[in-house]
Amino acid sequence: MMRRLRPAIAPLDYTRRWSMRLWVGLVMFFLYAPLVALMVFSFNDSRRNIVWRGFTTKYYDKVMHNDMLMEALGNSLTIAFFTTIISLVLGGLAAVMLWRFRFPWKAAVEGAMALPIVVPEICFGVAMLIFFAQIGWPTDMPWPFSLGAITIAHVTFCFPFVAMVVRSRLASFNREEEEAAKDLGASEWQAFRDVLLPHMKPGLIAGALLAFTMSLDDFVITFFTSGPNTITFPVKVYSMVRFSVTPEVNAASTLLIVLTVIMTSVALYFQNRMVQSGKGPA
Amino acid sequence: MTGAGGQSWRTQKRVFATIATGPILWLLLFFIIPLAVLWAYSFGRNVGLTEIEISGTFANYAKAIEPLYLQIFGKSIAVAGLTTFICLIVGFPVALAITFATPKWKPWLLLGIMLPFWTNLLIRTYALMAVLRTEGYANQSLGWLWQLSSNARVVLGLQPLDAFEPLHLLYNNFAVVLGLVYVHLPFMVLPLYAALDRLDRSLIEASLDLGAGHFRTLLTIVAPLAAPGIISGVVITFVPALGAYLTPDLLGGTDSQMIANVIERQFKRANDWPFGSALSFMLMYATFIMIAWQAQRERKLMRTGIGPDVGARA
Repeated sequence: MMRRLRPAIAPLDYTRRWSMRLWVGLVMFFLYAPLVALMVFSFNDSRRNIVWRGFTTKYYDKVMHNDMLMEALGNSLTIAFFTTIISLVLGGLAAVMLWRFRFPWKAAVEGAMALPIVVPEICFGVAMLIFFAQIGWPTDMPWPFSLGAITIAHVTFCFPFVAMVVRSRLASFNREEEEAAKDLGASEWQAFRDVLLPHMKPGLIAGALLAFTMSLDDFVITFFTSGPNTITFPVKVYSMVRFSVTPEVNAASTLLIVLTVIMTSVALYFQNRMVQSGKGPA
Repeated sequence: MTGAGGQSWRTQKRVFATIATGPILWLLLFFIIPLAVLWAYSFGRNVGLTEIEISGTFANYAKAIEPLYLQIFGKSIAVAGLTTFICLIVGFPVALAITFATPKWKPWLLLGIMLPFWTNLLIRTYALMAVLRTEGYANQSLGWLWQLSSNARVVLGLQPLDAFEPLHLLYNNFAVVLGLVYVHLPFMVLPLYAALDRLDRSLIEASLDLGAGHFRTLLTIVAPLAAPGIISGVVITFVPALGAYLTPDLLGGTDSQMIANVIERQFKRANDWPFGSALSFMLMYATFIMIAWQAQRERKLMRTGIGPDVGARA
């Protein structure tokens, strides 16, 4: 019908059809309206949080002075930090291993590496719960070490993602560069450090941000591996959400959203640069 | 994926060992062994309050296929299936729109789809709770519309409508499916977009030139060519939806329990770890069957020549 009115629309110009635009607009509204409402109402000066009663930042103040919540946030950031470091090392090594070598059982190792990505979170969560109970993992260690169990679980589901990202970056590496370095007298380690590592860098940065965000966001697996003294931010928010919808939860959620959006934007920026530099002449 | 090239590990055993030990050991110790322990537990039984004996019994699996649990399994599959179907119907036009968007708009639309996907699952679920609850935004908007039409009736000289009764949108199956669609839509759109983007547009143009309508072209040309993308979108959406824990837990009512909620209960309140382990493995087998099905379909499509390679623009 629209074509009769505006004959300029080419047959494949789906995006210029009003029906398509309306559809995409509605989907975007569906995706964003609840989140925008959540963020806007975190500034609402009303306990019941239904009608707009004026702007306030007092709930952010309350969140900042909620010791349990801040402790949980501290735990989450600490776990995410260590998870990122360990995942980066393991993921980077795994990527180099799969990219560079042929070895027996390679397909099996590759398959096992993809497993943490596909196994349902709940299954991995309970497996970790049983595992730590079975080996008698001590639960009364002093802080940072008390976060060990959660960190181990997070590394396990994060590092295969890092390996995936880094490996796709390695695909654009010209092996002759490394050989040239070795011909010119570089040792294995020097060639790795000065030739391969700089090439991997954008992949490593993107992978690190991915691991950090995934660790910070995880709820289900943490829920099964956290003890009473090792509450993380999502687990704490969960226990608040179970009771009611309150402005404090809105404020805490907004903080986490802003944090992840920043992290993701940086990750996407590096990934983009990676893709663009990968397109250059090999 | 599997690079056929690469050097043999034998040429540089020491280097290989340095690189491979860490990741493989970690995977073995903190992934394969925990899963093996879980598997062993599924053949165990409770003796005493905290002690579990691995006795090789199949009793847990027998219990898992009792009508009560089979029904929950069936319901989880139905809910995940419905979610996947809705995501496909809603997501396909979006993927199509992104594919044919101008270069200026394309990255923004993609970012628009991906950004919520990066937002915390718990927070997105909570945001939906605030929309759906009795005094939530959905009911407020409906109440406002109701009032408006009531006023309109008065203006027209008709009887005003009765007072607005808020709908019960939260804590039921509707909320669970809506929540799952909300959370999993990006999982569907991104693989669909990846497949549609590789399509040879001249095939669509040819179909349209030869007189087929847009809808017919979509069904007979675009859908078969994008089949690998559709299948992977379906699997990528269905698998996490089937194992969803948080959405049914927070948005569902007493009758919208899914399999993950039952598993959680075995490990927390009910304290029947062996049975919970058996249920976990049933869920995992279902997941693996789906993934194997996808891999097999993909191979078949490649063989018959409708693989992604044919659709790719040269």
